Parts: sequence; structure tokens; C-alpha cells
Amino acid sequence: MLRALFEKTGNAVYLSHLDLMRLFQRAFKRAGLPLTHTQGFNPRPSVSIALPLSLGMESHCELLDFSLEGEIPDYGELRDRLNEKLVEGVRILRVYQDGEKLKNLALLQCRLTLEYDGGIPQNAVEKLEALFSRDSLTVEKKGKNGVSDQDIVPLLRRISFEAESGTELGIDAWAHCQNPSLNPMQLVAAIRKYAPELSPDFVRCCRMEIFTEQEEVFR
Amino acid sequence: MTDIKQRILPRVQKPARYTGGEWGEVKKDKKDVRVRVAFCFPDTYEIGMSNVGMRILYGVMNQMEGVWCERVFAPWGDMEAAMRQHNLPLWALESQDPVGDFDMIAFTIGYEMAYSNILNMLSLAGVPLHARERQDLKNMVFAGGVCAFNPEPLADFIDFFSLGEGEDSTVEIVSLYDRAKTEGWSKDAFLHAAAKIPGVYVPSFYRHEYNPDGTLAAVVPLEGAPETVTKRIVEDLDSAYFPTKMIVPSTEIVHDRANLEVFRGCIRGCRFCQAGFSCRPVRKKSPEVLYRQAVETLAHSGNNEITISSLSTSDYRGLKELTDALIPYCADNKINLSVPSLRADNFSRELMEKLQTVRKSGLTFAPEAGTQRLRDVINKNLTEEEILNTCTQAFSGGWNSVKLYFMLGLPTETDEDVLGIAELVYKIIQAWKENAVNKKRGLRVHVATAYFVPKPHTPFQWEKQITPQEYLRRCKLLKSHFYSKSIEYDYHSPDLSRLEAVFARGDRRLGPVLEAAVASGARLDGWDEYFDYAKWFDAFRACGVDESFYTTRGYGEDELLPWDAIDVGVSKKFLLRERHRAYEGLVTPDCRHGCAGCGANQLLQEVACDA
Repeated sequence: MLRALFEKTGNAVYLSHLDLMRLFQRAFKRAGLPLTHTQGFNPRPSVSIALPLSLGMESHCELLDFSLEGEIPDYGELRDRLNEKLVEGVRILRVYQDGEKLKNLALLQCRLTLEYDGGIPQNAVEKLEALFSRDSLTVEKKGKNGVSDQDIVPLLRRISFEAESGTELGIDAWAHCQNPSLNPMQLVAAIRKYAPELSPDFVRCCRMEIFTEQEEVFR
Repeated sequence: MTDIKQRILPRVQKPARYTGGEWGEVKKDKKDVRVRVAFCFPDTYEIGMSNVGMRILYGVMNQMEGVWCERVFAPWGDMEAAMRQHNLPLWALESQDPVGDFDMIAFTIGYEMAYSNILNMLSLAGVPLHARERQDLKNMVFAGGVCAFNPEPLADFIDFFSLGEGEDSTVEIVSLYDRAKTEGWSKDAFLHAAAKIPGVYVPSFYRHEYNPDGTLAAVVPLEGAPETVTKRIVEDLDSAYFPTKMIVPSTEIVHDRANLEVFRGCIRGCRFCQAGFSCRPVRKKSPEVLYRQAVETLAHSGNNEITISSLSTSDYRGLKELTDALIPYCADNKINLSVPSLRADNFSRELMEKLQTVRKSGLTFAPEAGTQRLRDVINKNLTEEEILNTCTQAFSGGWNSVKLYFMLGLPTETDEDVLGIAELVYKIIQAWKENAVNKKRGLRVHVATAYFVPKPHTPFQWEKQITPQEYLRRCKLLKSHFYSKSIEYDYHSPDLSRLEAVFARGDRRLGPVLEAAVASGARLDGWDEYFDYAKWFDAFRACGVDESFYTTRGYGEDELLPWDAIDVGVSKKFLLRERHRAYEGLVTPDCRHGCAGCGANQLLQEVACDA
């Protein structure tokens, strides 16, 4: 099994998880790199992407697992050949073998940028720090079984706030990403619910890095 | 601050439809570009990107030096609302520039129910709707596609139409525009020169006069325009331009696969079918060229599915040779090969068995009519015996589902014909009972009836459409004769087909109706989520237009028809003869059993009709 670390930026953030799977399958075909297929009545190319990314989010730390038929080229060449056949915004950074077991992937560091068109509200950083030091913050979570309440505080390992400019406020958040996971946009939902005066006009979100439980970079 | 478009995108459904950036899209440096064409498809991205014609012409224009053709699709309602709220004009995907910045705005129109989208897209682009309001060379609006064979309902809005196949004529048109722009011609000078290109129809060069009873009295060519304009065809498809480096959508579309068109035209002559007549004469591509193009297309796109397409693939003489070559290639490269539009003959059955992709569920027939008598009237030469034989074989091979498509309201149709559908369905159920290998799995027969829409350039172009009430009565009659639980019966609501009938045979008096309906919010009419006949009903009343004039009235054989200035190659005399044969219940054998003399072969100079 091979693993590729890739980023998803620009307009590629609007590709869904399924779109991305299809894109990779076709890119492998275009690059003349045949994927192995699953056994069974309806063979499927063996590619999988860890931690599906929400539509609209950027990421610099996505993982694609795959396996190839026949002779495997040098990893650098493999990366370059694939990058030539991918679309703008999807770029493979590294290809390697023997990646860590996905079950050890525990934490996600992400960067949220809150945009305030009329300027950051007064004392926003302090208010947000106070808000996120509460013991519990529950927001609605839409799941397969309908809407339920999710307490986001236990899922956050750390969070910090910083005014990046007069209109943009950055959040650096480390959150659990498996069993259970926290969608970083839930932080914004909490702000809208508990501090509506701090509701931003727009939010950008980017996955920066992934870590093990011990906060070592996960690969 | 994130710009407004990027703020909207995360909020709308399927935002990847609006961003461009797919594999194979063409980007050019604006400083090398003299003519920019916004190629608009008047429906959503998923529909438009499935259109082969648009893909071909996109390639044709982009291989021209100094020309950059970009794609534009109709936004879904959520995006449209956001665009209007934020005054964001419609943009083209490749450059993301507003459509209003483009030199030429082209539309390809394959369906009458897309007309509202054309007006709505012009409106979203901020381009004046009426051709006469656009006085400069810039924003020249032209259109092609099968609907251009009766362009009159759109005459107010489109500067000129390109009739027939566009591989050659589009190059001539865009080159002329290039020259006009460089030399600073007026719009009028350009249109006069364009009208001299064969296949170009400039509606403003024709005056339509009406009789007191509302029928057309005269079509008067003005300013030296030709009396009739003949559609263009490509004679030799093997040497015709075909793009093997096509765009591969990053998001799902309706037909997400490579497409191999094996021939154009049709030998069958089903009397209701517009494509069957207006796409004549028959011209084939050779299996060698097709195989090469298939391999190139698949290698470039990375698609894992390819489909062979034509109006009736079993009639392609090179089918065996082509599939013999393609099947092993596809097997080696894990590509699904699908061959739709097969007739129920022996070769097809063998082929279906060879194609592993055929899942054991899909068996589809379009008998169109329930009795042999009526099938003879419409010249659909599919017999009950053929259907039952194929079903019998399929059922004994494990298939357990059949889809059947019919039309209601065909000329001469009686209740006996309607109930003939039920009888045919019961014979199919009987065949299953006698032949099914695993009865526990049950049988599903899906029956769908459509409301017959008479189309221009067919032998039925003069026919009356039955009233919506009568159509519904026949649907209910049929439904009351379906007792088996195996039958699933769907009938389309009549409003859409009634509207389609109005515009299919419409004239210039429909321009204001179209405008009024769009002004009141009509668009995306092909989608149940949006179609609202009330908007159209009000528009007809407001404009004093009676729909029944175009639908249930029927057109007289000696009446001047709105599309008489358009020549698709098949003569009116032939269509009339076919109409009379229909009423006599006489079939006309397919073209391979002797030329019926439709006249389309006269469009050919270099090659003979391959019927």
C-alpha cells in the first residue's frame, strides 16, 4: 500500500469527497499508472482518502492510500507524473510507503479565518477566549440519524485567537478528528449561538496538519 | 476579504459546477485572443457537459488561432438567487469573466423547454434580450442545435442561427467575425456577410405576414436574403474534426463517460421522430477511425466507461468490426463499454452477452404504440413477435425487469390502441411466467407513456395534438387496465408536452410570450422543481396568444409553415407522402430496403448516402 500526502486548495475545495475519488482514479489512468482493483463481482479501483474533507475547506494534509499494479516507479517520479494529470488545486506533496495506521490519527490542527466586513468587534479576542474556556458548549450536529446536540469542548485540545488585521480574526484550533470527530465549522456555530454579536460575515477554514494522540505529526 | 463569488459558492448546491478548472479545459492568454466566444448551454452544467455537440464545437473554436471559446451554463435556482441578490453577472467558466464582456455569445439548443433559460441567461449576463437592442458588433448572439430548425419563436432574441452540423460552418462564422472586428464593421454589415455563409439564417432579414385567421400568409426575404436556408452537414465524418482531448468534469454529470458517435442520420423513418429526418443523410465513420479516436479519448480522459452512440446503433454496418476491436481493449484497461440503442436482433443479443457491463436488469423497448396497426401508422417497425422473443430469451437468461416506452395521442389512435399497450404488457408478463428461471425474484415491468408532440420536419408536422384532458383520459383508461402488481406505470403530466408542442411549431408571435413568462420567473422548465405552467398560462393570456392554435388546431397541408424557409434536406413533398401513407396504414421500409426518396442525399456532393 502506498500513501500520498496532498493538498486541496483554490477552487478544488469545491470538489466533494466522491468527486475527488473519481478525479484520482482518472488521474491514475491518464498517467498510465494502473490501480489494483478490489476482488468481487464489481471490481473497484483501490483508492481511499482518510478523513473526508467538508466541501469548501482547504487542506494541506490530506492522505490518499492506493496500490498499483506492476512495477512501481520511483516515488518522486510517481508524484510528478500524477501531478501532471491532476487539476489545479489538487497537488501531491509526497508519495511514500508504510504510512502509519490510520487508527492512530487523532488530532487535526486547523486554521479558521473569521472575516468581519465592518471590522473586528471590540474585545473579540478576549470574548472568544472567555467563551471557549467554558466547561461546555453544545451546538447542533446533523448526522445520519437527524439532528443531535454535540458538546464541542471535550473535543478541543487547544484553541487560540489572534487578530490578523482590522477585519480578519484567526483561530488556531487543535481538535479530535476520529471517534468522535469535531468539524471545525462547529466552532463557528458555537460563536453564532453563544456570542451572536461576534458572528462573522464569512469564514475560511483550512486543515493545517494532522497528529497522533501524542501530538507527533501523522504520516 | 473574500470576494462575493467565493462567499456564495460554499452556500450553493454542487458549487464545482461554477468554478471551471476541470481537466482538459482550454485556457488562453487574453493578449493572444482577438475573438472571445461565450458558448452557452441553456441548462445546468450536468446536462450541458453531457452534450457531445457542445464538446465538438468547443474544440473546433479553440483550435482556431486568436479565438478563445469558453463555457457557460444555466445556474441552478439557489445560485441564480444569490447572483441577483449581489448583482453578480453570469460568468464563463474558464476565465470567470462576465458573459457581457464577450464578442460572441453562442447557444446550442436541443430542447424547446430550454428557451426560457436562453432569455434568463442573457438577462443574468446583463445583455439586452432583443437582437435589435444590441446595436454593436459586440455580444453577437447566435444559436444552433436541432431547435434551430424552427427558429421563429426565438427570432426576436437571436441575431442569427447556424443550421445543421457546425464543424465547418462555425469556423467560417467565427473567422468572418474576426475579420469584421479587426476591420471595424457595423453589426449590419456583419449580418449581411454572415447571411452569405451557407447554413446561416438571419431572422431579421425575413418579414412574416399573417392572414386574418392567424395563419402565416407570407415569409418575405428582405435585403437580398435567400428564400430558403439549407442546413450544413459534414460529408466525410472520418476526416471531420473530432476532439479526442476533451474536458473531464471534476464533478458528476448526467452522462459521465467517453462517447463515440458511429454514424449520423437514420435509416428508419419513424414518422414522429424529428432527429430521424432532420439528421439525414446517413453518413458513417469507419471502424478504424473510431477505434483510434476511442483509444485516444480514453487515454487522455482517464474515463472508465465509453458508450457507442447513434440514433440506431444496430444499423451501423461496422458494429461487429468495431466491437471486436474495442471489447479486448476495454477488458485490458478495465473500461466499461456500453452499447445502447440496439435493436432486438440476434447479433445484438450476442453482443450484449459479450459486454460484461450489461447488468441483468436493463431491458428496454420503445414500441411507442400498443397495436401493430398503430405501429404501422407511425412506421415503427418493431413487432410484437420481436419484443416477445427477446423478452423470452432474456427471462430465461435471468433478466427480470423490462422498461417499455409508449406515446399517447398519436395520429389515428383509438381506445383499442391504448388498450393494446395493456395487452402487450400482459403478454410480456405471461412470457415471464413461462420462462423465468427464478420466479421468486419477481418481475418488474415499467411502463411509461409520453404525450405525443408533433415536431417540424417530420411527416407528422401537420398533426393535431390531442387535448390535455383527452391525454389524461387515455392515461387513466390504460391505468385502469393494469391489474398486475408487477406493473409500474408512469405518465408525464401534460403541461410540459403541451408547452413543448407550442414552441416546437411556434412562430414569431411567441417571442413576447417567452419574454413575459421569463419576466415572471419561468426558467429551468425541464426540471420538475421549477416548471410552473401557471406562469406560461398567464403569459399566453397577457400576450393574447392562444396555445391551441399551435397544438390542437393542427396545420393545413397547404398552409405556409413557420419553418418553411428552413431546408433540412428532406423535402416537404416526401413528408407529405409519408403522412398520407401513415393514414393508409402503409409502412415505408427502412432506407436499406430501397431509397424512399426523402431528398436528403442531395446535400451530399462528395460521398453517397450510406443508408
